[in-house]
Amino acid sequence: MNNGDRRRVNGEAEEDDDEDEGNEDLDAWERAYADERSWEALQEDESGLLRPIDNNTLYHAQYRRRIRSLSSLATTARIQKGLIRYLCIVVDLSKAAAEMDYRPSRMVVVAKHVDAFIREFFDQNPLSQLALVTIKDGVAHCLTDLGGSPESHVKALMGKLECSGESSLQNALDLVHGYLNQIPSYGHREVLVLYSALSTCDPGDIMETIQKCKKSKIRCSVIGLSAEIFICKHLCQETGGSYSVALDEGHFKELILEHAPPPPAIAEFAIANLIKMGFPQRAAESSIAICSCHKEAKIGGGYTCPRCKARVCELPTECRICGLTLISSPHLARSYHHLFPIVPFDEVSPSLLNDPHIRLPRSCFGCQQSLLNPGNKPSLRVACPKCKQHFCLDCDIYIHESLHNCPGCESFRHSKSAIAGEE
Amino acid sequence: MASAPSKLYADDVSVLVVLLDTNPFFWSSFAFPFSKFLSHFLSFLNSILVLNQLNQVVVIATGCNSCDYIYDSSMATSPSIESGRMPALCSDLLQKLEEFVTRDEHLGKQDSLGPTTSSLLSGSLSMALCYIQRIFRSGPLHPQPRILCLQGSSDGPEQYVAIMNAIFSAQRSMVPIDSCYIGSNNSAFLQQASYITGGVYQKPQQLDGLFQYLLTVFATDLHSRTFLQLPKSVGVDFRASCFCHKKTIDMGYICSVCLSIFCKHHKKCSTCGSVFGQAHADVASASNLKRKTPET
Ligand SMILES: [Zn+2]
Ligand SMILES: [Zn+2]
Ligand SMILES: [Zn+2]
Ligand SMILES: [Zn+2]
Ligand SMILES: [Zn+2]
Ligand SMILES: [Zn+2]
Repeated sequence: MNNGDRRRVNGEAEEDDDEDEGNEDLDAWERAYADERSWEALQEDESGLLRPIDNNTLYHAQYRRRIRSLSSLATTARIQKGLIRYLCIVVDLSKAAAEMDYRPSRMVVVAKHVDAFIREFFDQNPLSQLALVTIKDGVAHCLTDLGGSPESHVKALMGKLECSGESSLQNALDLVHGYLNQIPSYGHREVLVLYSALSTCDPGDIMETIQKCKKSKIRCSVIGLSAEIFICKHLCQETGGSYSVALDEGHFKELILEHAPPPPAIAEFAIANLIKMGFPQRAAESSIAICSCHKEAKIGGGYTCPRCKARVCELPTECRICGLTLISSPHLARSYHHLFPIVPFDEVSPSLLNDPHIRLPRSCFGCQQSLLNPGNKPSLRVACPKCKQHFCLDCDIYIHESLHNCPGCESFRHSKSAIAGEE
Repeated sequence: MASAPSKLYADDVSVLVVLLDTNPFFWSSFAFPFSKFLSHFLSFLNSILVLNQLNQVVVIATGCNSCDYIYDSSMATSPSIESGRMPALCSDLLQKLEEFVTRDEHLGKQDSLGPTTSSLLSGSLSMALCYIQRIFRSGPLHPQPRILCLQGSSDGPEQYVAIMNAIFSAQRSMVPIDSCYIGSNNSAFLQQASYITGGVYQKPQQLDGLFQYLLTVFATDLHSRTFLQLPKSVGVDFRASCFCHKKTIDMGYICSVCLSIFCKHHKKCSTCGSVFGQAHADVASASNLKRKTPET
């Protein structure tokens, strides 16, 4: 649930671009029917010209509803961000993935949303790791090893985007089982299969493989792209995963992103613990050192373990020398705005705005935009209940949905210390 | 800025938001006088405005107790900019700066907290980002915004979460944060800010030549940067602040529920209230096992 809400609150224009139904990416001829009733977004102005409806205030009202429902959610939700999940994504690249019922093809649509999913997954599970496996010509290949860098996974997938032959669920599960069986016991083992084919071409008894996965506590989930298949459903039921079949691209995106937050079944039973971790420094671009992971001399980049000073190439990882879990601290910090949310701003009441005896700020504290209507009347604005500064409606949305800091509270030392005192 | 949508912007037109550190505790103890620094700084601002007549400069003062806008070239009402008489910029800015410094000092006296040596970078950074969103809203064709932090005082670990929030928001909006750090050590906050947002971090070696550093490194617009060899990173300090004492640490304990950072072991998480179970020992032994198996 957290995931869906989070995506919807991203109010920034450029985020909306890639989060929207992908209309921006379509060519004009493709878009023609996507946006029916476009005339309803028009309005006639005084001079008889057609203009798009100014839905600024409308938009702001929607946003305020969202903020209110979010803040009520935040009190009940307790999501284990620090769960260590080991997830294998299995992408079916058999010939069924070339079908064009998804445009331009299933394969391209899957790759696009796997890209978004991987980034969202690491945002929501900063300490977790992920591996990519593909099925092609009846054989399963490991595309990337378990690792924590979204870029390397995405790059590997985009480079191998071609399909042929049959699909084999059993081969994929066998390969994945081999990987996940090795990971430490505190990690949660999961498989997510993105299945295009309607059949599976297996070398042996797949039921045995399913029982093997069940025994190793590997939670298997499948998202189908064509129709429901018995064996997939059986696999998910046996291992405690979820099975769903996508109706169209939008639905597929929704289904795959549901797997980004930790599954509630895992989150509920996990025990809270304190994990000792190090925040390595990134070395200068010109420095040369021998890394402990590949045992090679490398120029530039790389991180230094704060405890034993060994060099590692990528984060997150476990130091090969001293065993300390190493993580990039910004990775953790990405979720801190959930911990310290800023309070919703109050709308300044119209009676206050119309009172000529009160001198109200003339410009927005954040962006300096004038808060006066034409005719020098004070316009609609909001005020931070803590620092009492006034903000324009645009800043209100930006501050709560992207910045997560109140510029007013942050720029006064005494109001800051007052907040610290409350905690 | 009111006329912004009607203008056609080339890709080398920039809006530069400068965050100017005015912390009196830093400047009074620093070898390079503030007045000298200002003359380099003002020449730099003039150069930016001369480089392209559509360029815009906004200056936000980062004080010790408050932050405020002190200059905006698009708001300059006097026709002096167009006629090329530069002193107007200087007098405008210097007057506002003086007012700001006096006000900031006054705020400090009201406070019984005692002198604080860090500046409110989280405040000025947040204001700059709000301003830049307004530029994005001005229309599909807008000048390219970027932020330059001219910072001297050391990091305030208590601002860690706020500064990280601002950095991520800048990254999402693709606004680079450049840092020119003139203090004695390096600033971990600014190194991270520039690294994450794709800006340039530099610590000038000779402050007498500050103007040259500013002009050759920080005056370049984002489009030109693709053709230039800008200073490479000399490393990034990824240390974080612990939530319990606001201390800067390179190793610590992380709550598995909310990812809060603590400098030492606690029984209960002060942020989310989780009570830590035996699993801690479990994790430790599991990783120990894993590590030791190859050796035994
Ligand atoms: Zn290596
Ligand atoms: Zn180590
Ligand atoms: Zn505003
Ligand atoms: Zn506030
Ligand atoms: Zn502490
Ligand atoms: Zn916690």
